[in-house]
Amino acid sequence: MATQQTQVLGRALLTPAVALLFIWMIVPLAMTIYFSTLHYNLLDPETEGFVGLENYRYFLTDPAFLTSLRNTLVLVGSVLAITILLGTPLALLLDQAVVGRSIVRLMVIAPFFVMPTVSALVWKNLLMHPVSGLFAWISTLLGVTPIDWFTDAPLLAVILIVAWQWLPFATLILLTALQSQDEEQKEAAEMDGASPLSTFVYLTLPHLARPITVVILIETIFLLTVFAEIFVTTGGGPGLQTTNIAFLIYSQALIQFDVGNASAGGLVAVVIANIVAFFLVRIIGRNLEA
Amino acid sequence: MARKVTSRRVWVSTIAAWFFGFLIFLPILWMFLTSFKTELDAFSLPPKFLFFHWTTENYATVQDRSDYLHHALNSIMVAGGSTLIAMLIAVPAAWSMAFAPTKRTKDVLLWMLSTKMMPPVGVLVPIYLIYRDFGMLDTRAGLVFILCLGNLPIVIWMLFTYFKEIPKDILEAARMDGATIGRELVYVLTPMAIPGLASTLLLNFILAWNEAFWTLNLSTLDAAPLTVFIASYSSPEGLFWAKLSAASTLAIAPIIILGWFSQRQLVRGLTFGAVK
Repeated sequence: MATQQTQVLGRALLTPAVALLFIWMIVPLAMTIYFSTLHYNLLDPETEGFVGLENYRYFLTDPAFLTSLRNTLVLVGSVLAITILLGTPLALLLDQAVVGRSIVRLMVIAPFFVMPTVSALVWKNLLMHPVSGLFAWISTLLGVTPIDWFTDAPLLAVILIVAWQWLPFATLILLTALQSQDEEQKEAAEMDGASPLSTFVYLTLPHLARPITVVILIETIFLLTVFAEIFVTTGGGPGLQTTNIAFLIYSQALIQFDVGNASAGGLVAVVIANIVAFFLVRIIGRNLEA
Repeated sequence: MARKVTSRRVWVSTIAAWFFGFLIFLPILWMFLTSFKTELDAFSLPPKFLFFHWTTENYATVQDRSDYLHHALNSIMVAGGSTLIAMLIAVPAAWSMAFAPTKRTKDVLLWMLSTKMMPPVGVLVPIYLIYRDFGMLDTRAGLVFILCLGNLPIVIWMLFTYFKEIPKDILEAARMDGATIGRELVYVLTPMAIPGLASTLLLNFILAWNEAFWTLNLSTLDAAPLTVFIASYSSPEGLFWAKLSAASTLAIAPIIILGWFSQRQLVRGLTFGAVK
């Protein structure tokens, strides 16, 4: 039972954090909403004026928006698919008795600690360069024409880079979940003559359902705003082929200096992220009670 | 251990695990090797794996030509500063929620978490304009401030989950013995909280070190940390692979080593306790 003294102290200690986060959340967001109703271009500050929902109409009907929304969905969906579909077997493998497991674990986790600008540039040049890259060399060894990644399949190239960065995250979380699985239950199943496949389908997979959901939601939050990887490799191009929502808003704000339009786009991004966040917060909240 | 693991099975899993582990690690290894090549060898076909003229000249060039240390120092100050300030704000808050919870604690925690889910690009415009008007663009203080706020929810959450695991009985016992809150903090709580504090510090330092949205948008030269410095190699005329590799190796090596120590905490910190 907390005493009254602790209660008062507790509230006092909590206040700075709450106040800071509240300001951090409210002030910029309010400004974004305000700017989104203005015609406001930094290159032409004279013509500033209230335009109501005009920016939203412009942003949402801009063909660039639909393209970048599609790119965002393809990017998020593909990276999720790759990281889960490769991460699950990889986690199962690392859960086995393996000689030198801790070293293998270190190698698998390493990409997560590489800063995004480094992984993007190393992949773009050292690996994916159409003539001198490692992939091009492997292609010629196999007798296949090397792919010119950033010309012929730019979005796929970005997807591969981002998936490489997030595969360790999915693997590590699924591995952690596997290690908390009840060994006795698996033994009992084996003694009853269950095949490894049915043990996996009926015991392991249900056990992994929740961690997989968590991986999907958390990755989605971060993947919706992939930025640095696009910024240093393609700059959104060629054309709009690798422009996602985050990059579109960035280019409207800091390249075209169209504050009003970028703000409207920013709010659209906030709404999309909130839909995902809603589900994630519910799952975490449920866990908090347990 | 009742389950029998045949040695054949161990060998199959070992070979498979090492193969895939090596494959995933290959880009980093390749970058590391390239950083010791001459620019000519870096481009050579077929690629040279181990038998090339090893040189450390790239590392020297990176420092001479582009003042690598300046950016490394920025990274250390920005990541370190933002993490320390976040800890100063978060420790009291997490302590209060873990040890003096109220009916609203759960809502406060979830609300804090939800601030982390706001896409940074949603507030890029106002933050950029505020920074421009207050002369905070390309300053270390500006970056420290924004990264501190960005990581604050994660810091509070991690600390909260650690503090909650400290058994309450010990506090009760200390209180029975007449310990004041101050003594309780210094002699009972702090020693038990140190591992949690250390891993929170470590993980958030790593996250701040690698942050590449605000650093790319709010700094150009003076305050630019390594993320921005490396990005400058993306210009087409800057295709110096060996030098890019040397700069990259220097930028990620310390973090990979720190990161290897924090694997366990990584799961906890990034899933907000949803996976244990």
